[in-house]
Amino acid sequence: MAVASEGVKRYPGFFFIAVFCLVVLYLPLLVVMAYSFNDSASITRWGGFSLRWYEEVFTGVESAKYKTAAWNSITIALMASVSATVIATAAALGMIRSGSWRGKASSFALINLPLMVPEIVTAVATLIFFSAIGFKAGYLTILVAHCVFCIPFAYLPIAARLQGVETIYEQAAMDLYATRSQAFLKVLLPLLLPGIFSGFLLAFIISLDDFIITNFVKGAGVETLPTAIFGAVKQGIKPNIMAISTLMLLVSILFVSVSYFVSRLGDSSEKVTK
Amino acid sequence: MAGITQHSSSGSTGGTFDPLRKRLLFPAWLMIGFFLVLPVLMMLVYSFLTKEFRGGVVWEFSTAAYDQFFFDRGLFGDEPAKIEWTYIAIFWRSMVQAFTATVICLLIGFPTAYFIATRPDSTRNIWLFLVTVPYWVNLLIRTVSMKFLIRDNGPLNEWLMMVGVIDSPIHLINTNFAVQLGLFYSYLPFMVLPIYASVERFNFSLAEAAADLYADKWVILRRVILPAVKPGIIAGCILVFVPSLGAFLAPDLLGGAKNFMIGSLIEEQFKGAAGNWPFGAAASMILLSMVLLVLMFYARNQARTAR
Repeated sequence: MAVASEGVKRYPGFFFIAVFCLVVLYLPLLVVMAYSFNDSASITRWGGFSLRWYEEVFTGVESAKYKTAAWNSITIALMASVSATVIATAAALGMIRSGSWRGKASSFALINLPLMVPEIVTAVATLIFFSAIGFKAGYLTILVAHCVFCIPFAYLPIAARLQGVETIYEQAAMDLYATRSQAFLKVLLPLLLPGIFSGFLLAFIISLDDFIITNFVKGAGVETLPTAIFGAVKQGIKPNIMAISTLMLLVSILFVSVSYFVSRLGDSSEKVTK
Repeated sequence: MAGITQHSSSGSTGGTFDPLRKRLLFPAWLMIGFFLVLPVLMMLVYSFLTKEFRGGVVWEFSTAAYDQFFFDRGLFGDEPAKIEWTYIAIFWRSMVQAFTATVICLLIGFPTAYFIATRPDSTRNIWLFLVTVPYWVNLLIRTVSMKFLIRDNGPLNEWLMMVGVIDSPIHLINTNFAVQLGLFYSYLPFMVLPIYASVERFNFSLAEAAADLYADKWVILRRVILPAVKPGIIAGCILVFVPSLGAFLAPDLLGGAKNFMIGSLIEEQFKGAAGNWPFGAAASMILLSMVLLVLMFYARNQARTAR
């Protein structure tokens, strides 16, 4: 690549398109962030800086509703992503450390099926399934549905990481009379941790993010943050919604940044061990 | 993605079949098989059942759902069947919307991905990070933000009027354009990332060689670079087209009632006033078949290029 001069690579205008891309992606988010600090009750006029909408989110009339919704969102995301990560780690070992066998491609397709089926179809199918087996819609149905679609999101980074770890480490451990489980727990698992961690974080965010499937399988009365926000937005965008949105935005950005740096840390540590 | 299974092992034990390891796949198979494959089959069954008013089904075989989708038999169902265009039109409109969104994402996403991939190592990761972050931000919040920005008396119109570009607010919300913008905005990162990955792998000495042979830049782009990064472009197009087709939030929040897409039609059967489960299941089955067709086309294409 170094052979080619910069002149051949460069196309006029591509820089401006890339900047335009970032503007489109970020402008709405920045505007909502800015207006969440607007003192005016009207969402159009700027009335000076204030934290009143944040105060309302935490202490206002609707605060109890949002607190419950946030609690549901966080506990569901946590449980769904932890179980998805465990299942995905096992699946990654089963796929990548089992050699080649018939049906492996189908197994790969099955694990990634939740990514291929459109969300709305998954939502409909899950709703029908739970209603057919007489499972009452509510917290538990959301949890199960989330766990299922989190599996591929956790699987992909873990599998990618496992691919980068050569089998010589486990072999060396076994040669030194480590049992299978010792070789896994003391040698492979620590090497896999960055992948497992980013898989967990991605699954967590994906679960926190989900609206469509949750909206279908939640029963009456159980709300997560996205469904509560959607319900409120139907009545019009109020400033407290912007404050909640800003908070959720910051949480997402924090998580992605952490996941990003952990995976880079993992990459560099792997280079050291090689 | 399919490549992951191919080069699965580099060590000696990894290459041999290990039945114990295979058992580790059971939990994933079980979860997805029981809570996704089985439900989809159940949905297929439901699409052939009789509807119960106010949601639910009666366990009686019926093709009424598909019949309602494709044929119009008058108010009392006793007239000769004519083609019912309402739902076909909704599907057609959704396909056009998803296709347009894909083309726009490609036109904007390709130069962006190319630009990022040709940055020096130091700035490339920052650009990549900036493009990926919005993908992880809650889609509902992003769509609501877009709605807030482009409202008739929203910040965008206010700024444009303040600067003097326009005299009266441009009406954007509840238009086709707003849905387009929403889909573009939602799925742009899906287009950029796979194209980025293939441009990054492209060997630029090929472009150099073409330039030495007096090809101009645009010829190089068209004849050398584009064919080489085609797999990334196709992957990006599919990653944008498939979710756009079944999108619910962008058409619902930005498009209003006039710009109904498949997602809203299905949602209405279960959550809304329509309450016709078999019909919703049938519409979902038709959507799923369309998506599977696109994916099969992709897989065949992949297999052909791999050969």
